Amino acid sequence: MSMTFIIDALVTVIGITTPILLAASGELVVEKSGVINLGVEGMMLVGAIAGFAVTFETGNPWLGIVIAMLAGAASSLIFGVLVLSLGANQVATGLALTIFGIGLSSLIGSNYVGIANDPLDSPFPDDLAKDAFWRIIFGHSPFVYMAVLLVLAIGYFLNKTRAGLVLRAVGENDFSAHSIGYPVIAIRYAAIAFGGAASGLAGADFSMVISPLWAEQMTAGRGWIALALVVFAGWRAGRLLAGSYFFGVLMALELYAKASGFAIFPSQFWAAMPYLIAVIVLAIISSRDGKGGKAPACLGKPFIPNG
Amino acid sequence: MSKFTRRDFMATAAAASALPLIGASAKAAEPLKVAFIYIGPVGDYGWTWAHDKGRKEMEAALGGAVKTTYVENVKEDASAIPILRDLARQGNKLIFATSFGYMDQVMEVAKEFPDVKFEHCTGFKRAANVTTYNSRFHEGRAVTGTIAGTVSKSGVIGYLGSFKIPEVVMGVNAFTLAAQAVNPKIQTKLVMIDSWFDPAKETAATETLANLGCDVIATHTDSPAPLQFCQKKGIFGFGQGADMSKFAPKAQLTAIQDIWGPHYIARTKAAIAGTWKSEDFWDGIKEGAVQFAPYNASVTADAQAAANKVIEGYKAGSYDVFTGPIYDQAGTLKVKEGQKMGLGDLATIDWYVKGVQSA
Amino acid sequence: MRLRLEKRLEPSRRMLVLTPVLSVVAIMLLGIVIFDGLGYDGQQAVWELFFTPVLDAYKWRDVATKAAPLIIIALGLSLGNQAKIWNIGAEGQYIVGAIAAAGVAYSTQSLSGFWIIPLMVLAGMAAGAAYAAVPAVLRTRYGVSEVLSSLMLVYVSLQLLSYMVTGPWKDPDGHNFPQTASLTDAQLLPHDIWDSGIPPGLLVALLAAAIFYVIVSRTVFGFSIRAIGEAPHAARYGGFSSDGIVWATLMISGGMAGLAGVFELMQLGRLNLGYPSGYGFTAIIVSLLGRSHPIGVFIAGIVLAITYVGGQVAQTVVHVPNATAGLFQALLLFAILASDLLVRYRIRFSIKADPLTERGGA
Repeated sequence: MSMTFIIDALVTVIGITTPILLAASGELVVEKSGVINLGVEGMMLVGAIAGFAVTFETGNPWLGIVIAMLAGAASSLIFGVLVLSLGANQVATGLALTIFGIGLSSLIGSNYVGIANDPLDSPFPDDLAKDAFWRIIFGHSPFVYMAVLLVLAIGYFLNKTRAGLVLRAVGENDFSAHSIGYPVIAIRYAAIAFGGAASGLAGADFSMVISPLWAEQMTAGRGWIALALVVFAGWRAGRLLAGSYFFGVLMALELYAKASGFAIFPSQFWAAMPYLIAVIVLAIISSRDGKGGKAPACLGKPFIPNG
Repeated sequence: MSKFTRRDFMATAAAASALPLIGASAKAAEPLKVAFIYIGPVGDYGWTWAHDKGRKEMEAALGGAVKTTYVENVKEDASAIPILRDLARQGNKLIFATSFGYMDQVMEVAKEFPDVKFEHCTGFKRAANVTTYNSRFHEGRAVTGTIAGTVSKSGVIGYLGSFKIPEVVMGVNAFTLAAQAVNPKIQTKLVMIDSWFDPAKETAATETLANLGCDVIATHTDSPAPLQFCQKKGIFGFGQGADMSKFAPKAQLTAIQDIWGPHYIARTKAAIAGTWKSEDFWDGIKEGAVQFAPYNASVTADAQAAANKVIEGYKAGSYDVFTGPIYDQAGTLKVKEGQKMGLGDLATIDWYVKGVQSA
Repeated sequence: MRLRLEKRLEPSRRMLVLTPVLSVVAIMLLGIVIFDGLGYDGQQAVWELFFTPVLDAYKWRDVATKAAPLIIIALGLSLGNQAKIWNIGAEGQYIVGAIAAAGVAYSTQSLSGFWIIPLMVLAGMAAGAAYAAVPAVLRTRYGVSEVLSSLMLVYVSLQLLSYMVTGPWKDPDGHNFPQTASLTDAQLLPHDIWDSGIPPGLLVALLAAAIFYVIVSRTVFGFSIRAIGEAPHAARYGGFSSDGIVWATLMISGGMAGLAGVFELMQLGRLNLGYPSGYGFTAIIVSLLGRSHPIGVFIAGIVLAITYVGGQVAQTVVHVPNATAGLFQALLLFAILASDLLVRYRIRFSIKADPLTERGGA
C-alpha cells in the first residue's frame, strides 16, 4: 500500500466526515444549552440551497457560505421562537422544522436544477498541495478547516470560558441559572441560532464542495447521523471530533471493502452502525457516570420563567 | 429544463383544470387526457426528468389531440393507489406509471377502471388494460463499456451501482463484457451504495474506485455528482439517463440518454385510434429508446469506431453483447459459444460475469 | 400599549379546543396568499387541500386509509406524552412490527386458516413492544433519555428492513427486485369491511380510541400516568412506580405502532424498500395536536390525513408542486404548536406597564 493510496483514502474520510462534524458541532452547543433541535436535516437543506443559489447568482462562494449560515440560523429561529417564546414542544417543533426545510429548499431549488457551479477548492496555493503528503494538510476545501476549528473552538468555549460555563449551567439547571440572574431564554436563542448557522454551513458543504449542484434532499439523512454523533460523543467536543472521524473511517472502510471485493458484513450493518453504537455508548456512559450520564439535565424540557 | 417552460406549463395546466372533476363525462371531440406519475421531482435531471421530457415531446407531437397531467414525488407505498384512482376519475384514459414500485398499485387500480389504459414502466405484471414497457439500457452499457475498454489505461474500470436488481446486474455485465471485447484483461470493480440518490455517498464511492485504480467509472445512480468528481480528478465517466456534459465536459465521454418520447407518442396515438392493446415493450437502440450524447475529445478515433460498430450492430440486429461464451465470476460457463441470453433470462439475472469484482 | 402574558391557573378548556381550529383557519387564509403569490389559484388550491377530501365522498376512503395508522400510533404515544415520556421512535416500532408480521407471512405462505391474521397482528404488536422495550430498559436501568435512544433505533430498523427485503425474504418469483412475496389471501384483510368503504384499520383505530378513553379517564393506571406527568418526583401513585409507568407507556406505544405497521403491510400487500413512509413521526404531531386525548387524537389524525390527501388532490388538479404541499403542512404544524401558548396563557393588553404586576403572572 503506497503512501499516496493511504492519503487518498484519508481525503475520502475527511470529505464525508466534514458536513456531519459541522452539523453535529452546532447541535452540541444547542443541546448543551438544554434544547434539543431535531430539525438539523431541514436546516442543512436550507443552507445547501442558499449556498448554492447565492454562489451561482453572485459568483462569490464566500458570500454563498455566509448566506448559507444566515439562512440556517434564520430557519432555526422559527424553532427558537416556538419553543422558547411560545413554549412549544421541542420534539414536535424540530420535526416540523425538518418538514419545513425539505419543502422550502425544494421550492426554491426548483429554479436551480440542472445547473453546476465550480467546486470550491482549497484556499491554499496549489503548489503547497502538490506533494501527496502535504495534500493531507493543504489540499482540502475551506469547510474542512472550518469544521475542525469550529469543534476545537467549541471545546475551548464550553470548558475554558466563563460564557461557556454559563451556557452549560443553563442546560443543567435552568431555574437556578435564572434565579441567579442569567438570561436563560436569550442564551438559548443564541445557542439555537449558532446551531442553525452550523447546520447551514454543513448543508453548503454538500452543494458547494461534495457535489456542486442542487438536488432535492441532497443531504440524504446526514442530519440524523449528526444527532447520533452528539449522543455518541457524550456531549463532549473532543469526543465529537474523534467520534466523527471514527465514523468517517467506518463509512470509507465499507466502500473500500466493497470495491475490493470483500463483504465483511451486509452493507445494511455498516449503515446501521452509527446508530447502534450511539445507543450502546449512551448506555455505557450513563451507567458509568450515574443516572442521566452526560446528557444536559434540562435537555428537551421547556423553560418558562415566572411559570 | 428552463424554468420558463415549466411555469408556462403550470399556468396552462392550472387554467385547463379549472373544471376539475367534470372531465369524466367528456364529449366526443375532446382531447385524450393522459397522466403520468413520477417517482422523483421532474427536476431530478435523471430518471424522472427523462420521462417528463418524453411527456413533453408527446404533447408537442400530438398537439390539441391530448392533454397531459403529471404528479411528481409519488411514493412507492400504498399512497400511490389514491393518486392513480384520482387520475382515472378525473377522466384520464391513459396513465403511465414510471417506476417499478407502482406495480401492485397499478394492478389494483386497473381492476377498478377497466376502461382506463395503464402502462407500467419496468414492471412484469400485465392485464388486459395494463401494458409494461422498459428499455434495453444494457445496450447503452455495451456501448459505454466498449469506450471504457478502449480509453482505460489501467485496465481497471469502475461501476457505481445502486441495488443488486436485474437492471443494474445486466448493466454491470454488459459494460464489462463489452470492455473485455476490446481489452480482454479488463477488470471491473463494483460498488453498490444501496441508494439511487445520495450525492455524498456517490462521490465518496467514486473517490474510492478512483483510488483503487479505476480510471473510467460508470454510474448507475441518479445524480451527476460522480461525474463532477471525475472531472476534478481528471478521470472519465459517462452521463446517466441524460446528457450531463455541462456538469463535467471533460469527464463525460458520452452519456446514455433515456428517450421515452417515441414510446409515449406511439402509445397515445394507439389509444386515440382505438388500437391500443396490452403488450410488453422492451425497446433499445434500434427503436431510438437508447441514444447517446456526442463523444467528447477524449474518446479516441479507435474508441469511436468501436462504439459506433456496436451501435450499428444493435441497429442491424447483428450484435448482442450477451452472446456466449459467457462465464460467471467463478469461471462457470453460463452461456455456450454462439448462444445468446434471452430477454427472459436477462430480466431476472442475479450473477456477475467473469472479471467483475464485487462484494 | 404592550402585550403581556399571564399564566392561567388551569389550562383553558375552551382554548384547548379552539386553538387547533383557529390555527387551521389562519393557515387556510395564509395559504391563499402564499399560493397566489407563487402564481397558482390560491383559493382553489386551499379548497382542494382542505375541503375536497371532506366534501367528495369518493375521497373519504383515502382519508380513512391515511388516518388509521396515524391515529393508532398516536393513541399509543398519547399515554406517554401525558406522563412526559417521549417515545419518538414510533416509526422504528412501526417498521419492526411490519417486519415481524411479514415474517409470519413468510413462514405461512403455503398455509391457510383463520389464525394466520391474528398471529400476524400479535407478532407485529409484540415486536413493536419489544423494540420499545430497549429505550425502556435504558431509561429505567441507566437513566438514558428515551428521546435519543428511541430515535436512534428508527434508523437501525430501516437497515433491518432493507436487509430482510434484499436478502433472506426476497421474493423468489419477484424478478430479483428487493421486496417480499405478496401476501396470500389468508394473510390479507379486505380493503374495506362489508363494502362499506371503511378500511379495517380505521375500525381498529375507532375501537382503540374508545379503549384508550376508558383507560385514561376511568382507571387508576390512567390517573397514575397523569399524576406522574405532573409531579415526576413523587414516588408512587396508586401502586404504580415511575419506572413501571415508563415501561407501561413505552411498551403500549410500541405495541400500537407495531399494530399500525401490520395493517399498513396488509394495505400494501408486501414489504418493500418503499414501505416506511414516516407515519411514526407524523403521529407524534398528531398526538400533540390532539392534546393527547383519545377523542382529540382521533380528530387530529383525520385532519392530518385530510392535508395529505388534499395535498395529492392539489397536485393533480391545481398542479401545486409536491414541495409546496409539504411546506404548507409544516406551516400548519408551526401554527398549531405556536397556538398552544393560548391554552396555558392569557394575553393581556395593558396601556402602561404596571411595575407591581410586571413580574406577576401566576
